Amino acid sequence: MGLSPTRAAPALTLLALLGPVAAGLAGTLAPAFGLMPALSGTDVSLEPFRDLLGWPGLPRAVALSLFTGLAATLVSLALTVLICAGWQGTHAFRALERALSPLLSVPHAAAAFGLAFLIAPSGWIARLIAQPLGWERPPDLLILQDPFGLSLIAGLVVKEMPFLLLMTLAALPALRPAQSLATAQALGYGRVAAWFKVILPRLYPQIRLPVYAVLAFSVSVVDVAMILGPGTPPPLAVQVLRWMNDPDLAMRFRAAAGALLLLALTLAALLLWRGAEITLARLAARWLVAGGRGHCEGLLRALGLGFGALSAALVLLGLIGLAVWSFAGLWRFPELLPQGWSLRSWMRHGPELLALFGRTLLIAATSSGIAMVLTTACLEAEQRHGLRPGTRALWLLYLPLLVPQIAFLPGLQVAGLLTGLDGTLAAVIAVHVVFVLPYAFLSLSDPYRALDPRYAAVAHALGRGPGATFWRVRVPMLLRPWLTAAAVSAAVSVGQYLPTLLIGGGRVPTLTTEALALASGGDRRVIGVTALAQTAAAFLPFGLALLIPALAWRNRRGMRHG
Amino acid sequence: MIRRPMRNWLPFGLAAALTVTAPTLAFAEADPADWNAVLVEAKGQTVYWNAWGGAENVNAFIDWMGELAQENYGVTLEHVKLSDTAEAVSRVLAEKSAGKDAGGAIDLIWINGENFAAMKRQGLLFGPWSEALPNWQLTDPEANAALTADFTVPTEGLESPWGMAQLVFYHDTARLPRPPRSMAALAEWAEQNPGRFTYPQPPDFLGSTFLKQALIELTPDTDALSQPVEEADYASATAPLWDWLDALTPNLWRQGKAYPQNAQRMIQLVADSEIDIGFEFNPNAASNAIANFQLPDTVRSFVLEGGSLGNASFVAIPYNANAKAGAMVIANLLLSPQAQARMASPDELGFGTVLAMDRLSDDQVRLFDEIPVGIATLTPEELGPTLPEPHPSWMEKLEEDWTSRYGVAP
Repeated sequence: MGLSPTRAAPALTLLALLGPVAAGLAGTLAPAFGLMPALSGTDVSLEPFRDLLGWPGLPRAVALSLFTGLAATLVSLALTVLICAGWQGTHAFRALERALSPLLSVPHAAAAFGLAFLIAPSGWIARLIAQPLGWERPPDLLILQDPFGLSLIAGLVVKEMPFLLLMTLAALPALRPAQSLATAQALGYGRVAAWFKVILPRLYPQIRLPVYAVLAFSVSVVDVAMILGPGTPPPLAVQVLRWMNDPDLAMRFRAAAGALLLLALTLAALLLWRGAEITLARLAARWLVAGGRGHCEGLLRALGLGFGALSAALVLLGLIGLAVWSFAGLWRFPELLPQGWSLRSWMRHGPELLALFGRTLLIAATSSGIAMVLTTACLEAEQRHGLRPGTRALWLLYLPLLVPQIAFLPGLQVAGLLTGLDGTLAAVIAVHVVFVLPYAFLSLSDPYRALDPRYAAVAHALGRGPGATFWRVRVPMLLRPWLTAAAVSAAVSVGQYLPTLLIGGGRVPTLTTEALALASGGDRRVIGVTALAQTAAAFLPFGLALLIPALAWRNRRGMRHG
Repeated sequence: MIRRPMRNWLPFGLAAALTVTAPTLAFAEADPADWNAVLVEAKGQTVYWNAWGGAENVNAFIDWMGELAQENYGVTLEHVKLSDTAEAVSRVLAEKSAGKDAGGAIDLIWINGENFAAMKRQGLLFGPWSEALPNWQLTDPEANAALTADFTVPTEGLESPWGMAQLVFYHDTARLPRPPRSMAALAEWAEQNPGRFTYPQPPDFLGSTFLKQALIELTPDTDALSQPVEEADYASATAPLWDWLDALTPNLWRQGKAYPQNAQRMIQLVADSEIDIGFEFNPNAASNAIANFQLPDTVRSFVLEGGSLGNASFVAIPYNANAKAGAMVIANLLLSPQAQARMASPDELGFGTVLAMDRLSDDQVRLFDEIPVGIATLTPEELGPTLPEPHPSWMEKLEEDWTSRYGVAP
């Protein structure tokens, strides 16, 4: 028997993911221990760490990163669970689901800018109050950039909650929740209590890795933290980036040590979370079987729906705010709407951004295409050869999401230079695959595994080989989840900033790199234009993922539910 | 020594599957003294100019430069838009770390101050070349010291100037008719109007500039500032500054618990009526913001009594630049009267010119005479004297101390 391509797929996939992360980490490790010949650092020393520990803002920056990361993850998860527990299977749930999933495609920075304009003391909400109260000046309140990072947490929650919800929705069908819930409710348990007792314990292991990805992201996030987070001092990730960008090149050593500390901090947050999981599981064991039928059902349900709707509304209103800004003439506090309207911002930046649209989508399509082929090949390998990845292999798969980007991207840039790859379109696509692949796997694996194996058995019984079974049974039946996973991947690719900039050497500009450069000018009109263009690019694949199955199955009624 | 062979076998993901681009041929280094040879070499080259891309008037000016360069010299200009100049510095450093000593990704950088000082110190710049440019003859470095010293660090021909900037304050006359015009008056005004003033958080360039401006006005020993900080009595030179800031901070916007990130954010704060006074390093900034609908047309500019800090913007060529000849052609073109007059126009950039009027022909001078003045732009006379920058070591020390005093406290 020759080596089949599917058999080699898992190994190839891991290589594509781990090679860059390992090369990048090596490139960070060296300067953290004083090695950087370009800056005449030739001796191994602990000086960069001593220097880092001597920075007076360190304890607070570390505490901030941990607190905001843990809190944002906890709130996102709690809301996701409450919404599902209280409303799964209802009309309200479907409405919320429909409102939340497109929010996935809104780039983090755009959502953060929109939120900032809503909640700032001179923002839209304040303007609504200012008119009747006759305020001429906004109140001097510390809402954005507050020292505890509360607005940063809010900004993360509105973006991470839809992601967790989507992952939950992907995992749920395999658990057949309707049957379990009906049984529990027949026994007199309230809807929420029943969900917590019979669904959640089986669901959580399925969404654990996405939760960890959210936690790691929240601890090390840079763009949202720069817009909404505190600055005196900022969270550690932002400070590391500041050191990396410091004109004093000697700061590169401190930055590398800080990047390693950030990595350690992310691991610590994950361990803390794991510890809490174990403790909670122990504490909950008795509650699960104690027979309590549930209290405050109504309150919990209202909380879930209320906060879910609120967070969808915040992102949507924020986007509308940015859209208004993109057409605004002069617009001062406390006016609710601009004094004048103008197409100028779109005329100035529209053509330039439109030109970048094509390249951005090319990179997104190629990288998510590669990721989807590798993911599908891995999942086929499971089906055909029983090569189901162990838990450890899965961890490796998520490594690019768990290791903070700024801990390995600068090192990866040097690796790219050494191989002569950097600055090319191919290199940018390759590095996008690293970040896109985990999401592709995360989105596709559950529907793939949940597909009833008896369909394949029937196909085999009818004399079809594995190839035909794949193309004629699995592909058509999985078309919708496959396209959804591809859309999630493409949206992730569209949003990549640091990897595109560092590996592309500025010579492969995309919508996102251009948008961030233009946004550094701080004009809300320009930010409105660029954020909307970015959102449109990320939303396009989602639209296609909805449209294609509808067209393909327009005369196959049984296939439409996907 | 081990760098070269590593290129071939470094296992890097999908490297093997993708074609490796051939290394660029090594040209003889372009020599600006032989300008005709430079022009010949430059023809057909593509120059990647890494410049901050956050201002549309800057982007438009660079686009226009590209057309001019293509038409006149056959040089293609690509603007690599940065959100921070340090990105370009990091890039050159990464290339040096990887041993890429030729064919680098950056040909020209818009650079200034600390970034220049750092690159010069680390030997990351090509040169000297700038004083051999034909149009250098149109400047008068003896009359304008800012052309040969960037933050007091001698440029030594490693960078070429292209625009003059000066610290200028602005205010909305409809809300604040008579702004305070000295640091002492500013602190007093802030005490009566708490929460109506702030400055960008150092080490943001403009925030640090504000600290230096205050230091110059408050220090008892101005002469010490031109020396490296190690050679001066730092504690007694800066004590009045810290006393002044201690008094000012509780009266700042958000009581100094948060600061705007940069100059652009400060324009937004003035537009949102969160603060009453802003400042910028471009004398034309307020006029630009009015033209962009960012500020109302009641905004006017002012400078502090006794003058304000000023310096020149430069372009530099990295040591490993791929198109050095093309980069020099662009730098020379930036010094041409045609480009300088366009740059100086408030409708374009509004930077001050680096050329000396007495070295231009009558036709060339006319280009500048025809420039209209923006509604909120001060005339050169109103701008008043330019104060020299302190030695860059002061800025580093000030930023460090500011951060431990005000930047890391909740």
